[in-house]
Amino acid sequence: MIHFVLLVSRQGKVRLTKWYSPYTQKERSKVIRELSGVILNRGPKLCNFVEWRGYKVVYKRYASLYFCMCIDAEDNELEVLEIIHHYVEILDRYFGSVCELDLIFNFHKAYYILDELLIAGELQESSKKTVARIISAQDQMVEAAKEEAGSISNIIAQATK
Amino acid sequence: MTGMRGLSVFISDIRNCQNKEAERLRVDKELGNIRTCFKNEKVLTPYKKKKYVWKMLYIHMLGYDVDFGHMEAVSLISAPKYPEKQVGYIVTSCLLNENHDFLKLAINTVRNDIIGRNETFQCLALTLVGNIGGRDFAESLAPDVQKLLISSSCRPLVRKKAALCLLRLFRKNPDAINVDGWADRMTQLLDERDLGVLTSSTSLLVALVSNNHEAYSSCLPKCVKILERLARNQDVPQEYTYYGIPSPWLQVKAMRALQYFPTIEDPSTRKSLFEVLQRILMGTDVVKNVNKNNASHAVLFEALSLVIHLDAEKEMMSQCVALLGKFISVREPNIRYLGLENMTRMLMVTDVQDVIKKHQSQIITSLKDPDISIRRRALDLLYGMCDVSNAKDIVEELLQYLSTAEFSMREELSLKAAILAEKFAPDLSWYVDVILQLIDKAGDFVSDDIWFRVVQFVTNNEDLQPYAASKAREYLDKIAIHETMVKVSAYILGEYGHLLARQPGCSASELFSILHEKLPTVSTPTIPILLSTYAKLLMHAQPRDPELEKKVWAVFKKYESCIDVEIQQRAVEYFELSKKGAAFMDVLAEMPKFPERQSSLIKKAEIVEDTADQSAIKLRAQQQPSNALVVANPQPVSGAPPPLKIPSQEPQSVARSISQPNGTSSNLDPQAPSPDLLSDLLGPLAIEAAPGAVSTDQHGPSGTGGHADEVDGSAIVPVGEQTNNVEVIGNIAERFHALCLKDSGVLYEDPYIQIGIKAEWRGHHGRLVLFLGNKSTSPLTSVQALILPPAHLKLELSPVPDTIPPRAQVQSPLEVMNIRPSRDVAVLDFSYKLGTIVVGAKLRIPAVINKFLQPLQLTTEEFFPQWRALSGPPLKLQEVVRGVRPLALPEMANLFNSFRVTICPGLDPNPNNLVASTTFYSDTTGAMLCLARIETDPADRTQLRMTVGSGDPTLTFELKEFIKEQLIVMPMGSRALVPAAAAPAPAAVAQPPSPAALADDPGAMLAGLL
Repeated sequence: MIHFVLLVSRQGKVRLTKWYSPYTQKERSKVIRELSGVILNRGPKLCNFVEWRGYKVVYKRYASLYFCMCIDAEDNELEVLEIIHHYVEILDRYFGSVCELDLIFNFHKAYYILDELLIAGELQESSKKTVARIISAQDQMVEAAKEEAGSISNIIAQATK
Repeated sequence: MTGMRGLSVFISDIRNCQNKEAERLRVDKELGNIRTCFKNEKVLTPYKKKKYVWKMLYIHMLGYDVDFGHMEAVSLISAPKYPEKQVGYIVTSCLLNENHDFLKLAINTVRNDIIGRNETFQCLALTLVGNIGGRDFAESLAPDVQKLLISSSCRPLVRKKAALCLLRLFRKNPDAINVDGWADRMTQLLDERDLGVLTSSTSLLVALVSNNHEAYSSCLPKCVKILERLARNQDVPQEYTYYGIPSPWLQVKAMRALQYFPTIEDPSTRKSLFEVLQRILMGTDVVKNVNKNNASHAVLFEALSLVIHLDAEKEMMSQCVALLGKFISVREPNIRYLGLENMTRMLMVTDVQDVIKKHQSQIITSLKDPDISIRRRALDLLYGMCDVSNAKDIVEELLQYLSTAEFSMREELSLKAAILAEKFAPDLSWYVDVILQLIDKAGDFVSDDIWFRVVQFVTNNEDLQPYAASKAREYLDKIAIHETMVKVSAYILGEYGHLLARQPGCSASELFSILHEKLPTVSTPTIPILLSTYAKLLMHAQPRDPELEKKVWAVFKKYESCIDVEIQQRAVEYFELSKKGAAFMDVLAEMPKFPERQSSLIKKAEIVEDTADQSAIKLRAQQQPSNALVVANPQPVSGAPPPLKIPSQEPQSVARSISQPNGTSSNLDPQAPSPDLLSDLLGPLAIEAAPGAVSTDQHGPSGTGGHADEVDGSAIVPVGEQTNNVEVIGNIAERFHALCLKDSGVLYEDPYIQIGIKAEWRGHHGRLVLFLGNKSTSPLTSVQALILPPAHLKLELSPVPDTIPPRAQVQSPLEVMNIRPSRDVAVLDFSYKLGTIVVGAKLRIPAVINKFLQPLQLTTEEFFPQWRALSGPPLKLQEVVRGVRPLALPEMANLFNSFRVTICPGLDPNPNNLVASTTFYSDTTGAMLCLARIETDPADRTQLRMTVGSGDPTLTFELKEFIKEQLIVMPMGSRALVPAAAAPAPAAVAQPPSPAALADDPGAMLAGLL
């Protein structure tokens, strides 16, 4: 099971956190501090796994961003490593060659997409296509609601002229 | 993409902050702004509300506390429109965790969305519950979620979420899924065509079978079917292949589920599975594309685990070993890491030691890898594969690595090296080498266990002693050595340093100087060890070395007034002892061998083997309670003081019994007992006779017992040299002890006379009356009663008539005045004649220390200021007492009250402790308040810690000793310290040598209790 997902920049800025096990705010900060210390300091040619507090953290660096997922010691590390990649590919497809800035200004999108990928710390969907379909359907719904709201306010505006 | 300008502006602002401080200011400003908006604007537009809760989430993500606005986020969940609802769900599931009270408020809304008809709302609700649902959700929502999962009308989109949501609820409350009804449903679910739903359902299955595989046995063939489907790439849509591999995640999950079934019995299922596994094992190649490689190896490693779990045919197992052998030598770090990890797992289940040994040098290379993750795996594997044949190589590698290893690994490394060295030592000198090197290189990480154990080995193996001593001596030449090295070398040189006497630089005085150089650098617990070593060196210095004596004595003198009780006591005792010649040699004789016992380290190693992945931190936590195990339970053998970590009363007892005959020590030592003039008189008379052993003929052998036992006080009441031949009725010692606690009763009885006693006490005065009753029909003649007073009592016995007529009783008053505190006892030398029979007895008079106590109960307000005012030794003394006769707390309280030390209930917050107070009266001290605290260990009633305090050092000491006697000794019996092996029988009764009780260091245990 994935206990949490952490996106942190090379400078140690947190870009996304998602917790599937209960951690208090205090614990969350502590975990982030501790782990970014460990992971950001690792050299480039080392393995993608870090043993930490009896858990394992699988991480991978994409450009300036580190994607980390904390799993149980007996979980399959490579499987999780590819979940990370799977997520990155979906983000990439959604944003069109994603970069850190996309995730900074659209962090809420990153959350939506993650929710279509993982629930309860387990992989929910392994088809990129399916995830992309769902997300675009969501976007349409939001847009539609906006237009609707827009048209109503237009009507009101015109009526009160 | 939907833009939200205010949010973007805020994020840019944060990004433009030059430093943390500016960021905080900006965040605070924003939080203030949001707070005002939430408060003042009664109707926030949905857009604004959305924007604010996103900002809150962003701020929360940055690590700031967001302690308001949760309600607004939660309230968005019940918004009618999708955009608001979506934001509400997502932000709530990020901001709150499962225990948050607000979540309970939302349960109804969430449930309505789940059972409602809007598919997108169902998805949002299931996602929230799946991510942060707690027990409350499990109880109220599980049936609804189950319905969605198996519903034929729901789209896969909803069902896959329902599967994982149910998994979450099951984790929070296993009762959320009813096994009986659900197993069949689960089996059906595994026939699912949609791979998204199937992936989620398989995750659910893994959780279910890990909890109860029997109930879901019908799912087993289904898992194999899934694997076949994927392996043959049948009915797998293109979008579910990942880099050409049919859903690697589903493959991994299906194989994981199979690992929770103990075996696969159905032959055809087994056959199909092994075909699939064989294909995976043989058909996985290393390719250039990293992701394809990772995905295929994720499957391969899972297949390996499954093969190992199923304990497949030999051929397949050796394929696995071959593969792993390949993996641990590749350069790709992930594969190497996993190769090492899985090889370690394999070691634990199957007998592949010999094959793995072939890779030893390769594994050792990984121990030097730049990646700590890989080094950890290599260390674990080396540890697991070590046996007698390769221990030397492996341990030496570990030692070498120790010097360069980072701190986070040293502890684990040194523990593992120590365990291996002990478990597989080809010879003991090598073992000693290893441990000393360990201490030298990583002393901070060498627990006491480790060095205790080496001491034990050296003590038990004579051949090893000179070697260990010379090694210890070598290390002392180093400029800076770790304190643990000081301890172990001091101990070994104290015991066996004299074996080196002929070597240069190893005379007693040279050993002393080199050890003494280290003293200023060590901490308090090491000093007592050094003092013991000095004493031993002094003893071994043959011929006597007056130079050395002078130096050592100076050290003892220096620590005589040390604040640390242990150090002070040793200094005082060793100083006194060292002047006693033969007795000194006796007391400081070489330590006896330790009884063979299992190493605590190895015991730990066995625990460790169950859980190979345990971190050193956990390991260490497991060791803690038994740290003192190895040396702390010396057998109480023939009067020699136990080694280090001794309960401090033991050398005390020896010192006391030796110092008494000379009666000179009290002036030198404020703590030593006052001189007992009687000892000279009584010493040769030896032991208080056992019942019936009154006649001269019989008392001879028992008189050879050497030192009188100090615990019973120094006065001994044997029958004199007279030719008496009567049988004593009752046990004299028992009668005496009884009278110590009450004021009237029989002191002595034989067929012809009964001596009763009645006493009244007031302050430091006492008035006793002796009742001498002639039981016979003839007169008792030449009656003599003589009091032999100890120095601290003034006694006046009225003359006793020379003759007691038949059947008559005479009374003889005895006036007592207590001059100062002491536990010494007055003796009545009594004799008479009946016809030709001469009978004599020396009887202890129950004018003991507690008779001069007045019960006194204090309140909290009275007690604590006094207690605190007594700062420490010598006014307040503390001691751990072992071998206490086990008493329930109320019984112990009664005992204390019976000797007039009043228990003050409720003063100590810990119910296992007793606090008591009393007033002591003597001529010199006047009325003096005495306080005591007893800390008991509910787990082991044979030991306790006692603290006694009063305004007078001698009083404190005497009272402490007195209480100790009462706690340790049964109210009877002489305890003879019989030299040689003869077991002191009464002592054995009084103080059952319970190794279990002694095994743990009570100090440590009590410290834990406090």
